[in-house]
Amino acid sequence: MTETSTPEFALETSDEETILHVSGDWTVRTVQAVDADLRALSHTGRVVLDVSELGQLDTAGAFVLDRTARQLSDDEPEIRGQHSVADNLISQVHAVTDVEEPKRKRSGGLIDMLERTGRGVHHVLQEGVATLAFLGETMVTTTRLLLTPWKLRWTSIVAVMEEAGLDAMPIVAFLSFFVGLVVAFIGATTLRDLGSQVFTVELVGYAMFRELGVLLTGIVLAGRTNSSFTAQIGTMKMRQELDAMQTLGLKPMEVLVTPRIIAMVVVTPVLAFVGTLSGVLGGIIVSWLTLDINPTLFLDRLQNTVPIEQFWIGMSKAPVFGFVVALIACRQGLNVGGSVQSLGSKTTTSVVQAIFSIIVIDALFAIFYMEMGL
Amino acid sequence: MSDDIIIRIRDLKTAYGDHVVHEHLDLDIRKGEIIGVIAPSGGGKSVLLRAIIGLKQPAAGSIEVFGKQLETLSEDQRSEVERRWGVMFQDGALFSNLTVRENVMVPMREHTNLSEQLSRELADMKILMAGLQPDAGPKYPSDLSGGMRKRAALARALALDPELLFLDEPTAGLDPITAAAFDQLIRSLQKAMGLTVFLVTHDVDTLNATCDRIAVLGDKHVLAVGTIDELRAFDHPWVQEYFGGPRGRAATGH
Repeated sequence: MTETSTPEFALETSDEETILHVSGDWTVRTVQAVDADLRALSHTGRVVLDVSELGQLDTAGAFVLDRTARQLSDDEPEIRGQHSVADNLISQVHAVTDVEEPKRKRSGGLIDMLERTGRGVHHVLQEGVATLAFLGETMVTTTRLLLTPWKLRWTSIVAVMEEAGLDAMPIVAFLSFFVGLVVAFIGATTLRDLGSQVFTVELVGYAMFRELGVLLTGIVLAGRTNSSFTAQIGTMKMRQELDAMQTLGLKPMEVLVTPRIIAMVVVTPVLAFVGTLSGVLGGIIVSWLTLDINPTLFLDRLQNTVPIEQFWIGMSKAPVFGFVVALIACRQGLNVGGSVQSLGSKTTTSVVQAIFSIIVIDALFAIFYMEMGL
Repeated sequence: MSDDIIIRIRDLKTAYGDHVVHEHLDLDIRKGEIIGVIAPSGGGKSVLLRAIIGLKQPAAGSIEVFGKQLETLSEDQRSEVERRWGVMFQDGALFSNLTVRENVMVPMREHTNLSEQLSRELADMKILMAGLQPDAGPKYPSDLSGGMRKRAALARALALDPELLFLDEPTAGLDPITAAAFDQLIRSLQKAMGLTVFLVTHDVDTLNATCDRIAVLGDKHVLAVGTIDELRAFDHPWVQEYFGGPRGRAATGH
């Protein structure tokens, strides 16, 4: 790196002209030092720029000189003195920057905030309508394909099942196992005060069978599978692969959405089943270690006190969760625009909507089954 | 004379796994020239560019830029070298979450002490210099056409007034009129700022309009370096076909 010296300037005013003497190096790395002082100069009249002492100059330096000259005078500056590039650079810069500043719309404050609120509300409504429309479209396509099963893309269905189902199994099992442990611990400690620790079995059984096994599976899928679906489809959209598909006569709905929906509907109950079992296993271990309820006794009591309906209630929600996760993921994926930023924001939206929907739907199920008296 | 050589490549070898891209490649680039690099598709043009700017580690050989070997430099010295060059990637590689003006301001923020106000003014000037309209500054890259994106990328490459400019396929995908305007732009910027330009291209028109010298890559090394007329006389089937084919003849007016 060559050494640079600080830029300096001096103003010499006489009756008919103002001479701006500049010296030192005026480059992108140095001009900041004199920028503020130059801005403070006021309008004078005819200006001469003396560059005989000037060191290095680049476009940044030329820009600052040109701007200062403009600020000092309305006329074209006269450049005096010899310099290898100054004349050329300054005139180049002068030529390109000699344009009207575009007027920018300035707004803010209350109106701006109201406008954003309005847009936000409108956006939420639109999202709701669009999701319902997409739901309808998906249902039509999927039903049509199910009626003509030879047209289904079995390879991609199985591939999605492996990626979203089998590969998610360890994490679902682990999480449910630990939640099972926690539920059993809570039961063991609180029920001990009442002297009825043995009810821990019922607590774990009801909680895992009816709610937690399937809810945890749904949430893991919403975080893991949902984001990956959105990113996959979104990237394809971004790189115009979807447009290419359409021109080749392939329908993205049939090729991308339906296989994912079907695979998720089939595979989520399996995951939920595994999750429920691992949760119960967690309960068994805690009961055995802290309450001296051995596994045989635990399972025996579980069979006698927790009706099998509880298990079916839980499992009945699994396909719905799988469907919702896949639906939201595909919709947001297809919504991705042309930029990387939109891919990121749609993936976030997708995960948030999926987790939100899963919890809301679970609550609706709870109310429904309660009214049914189950 | 040796001081005039800004990039010196000696006995370069680059490879991806078993696939050798370059072997025994020598090339000198002189200060203040525009050198075009041509090669058949897949001939290693872009890889050579990546090797010079340090994105691809060479398997053997040496590359000196500004008389320094990049691999031997410390982090700080390296960033010192990096701010003396500007790179324009093939499809722009603009940061899509920043506006055009912010894209141009990124190198200024990183490498200089310029105030927000001054760097904004300078960014606007670079945007204008690159031939964009003043209203392009607040737009996002996704709002721009391909040609405008290339200009914005050029503005970012020029942000720090580099001494050395790397351009990867600057005119690919542009219509002939825009491409010709871009050629002229490169030429005039090179004159105004005294740049050395390393240009990778397929475009015979660009070579003809801008380049002082042309390097032909083939068989994993540099087949020939010279002016367009020297190359036309060069006896190699690919070079002959390149400049003697219908497109080559049309572009060079023979």
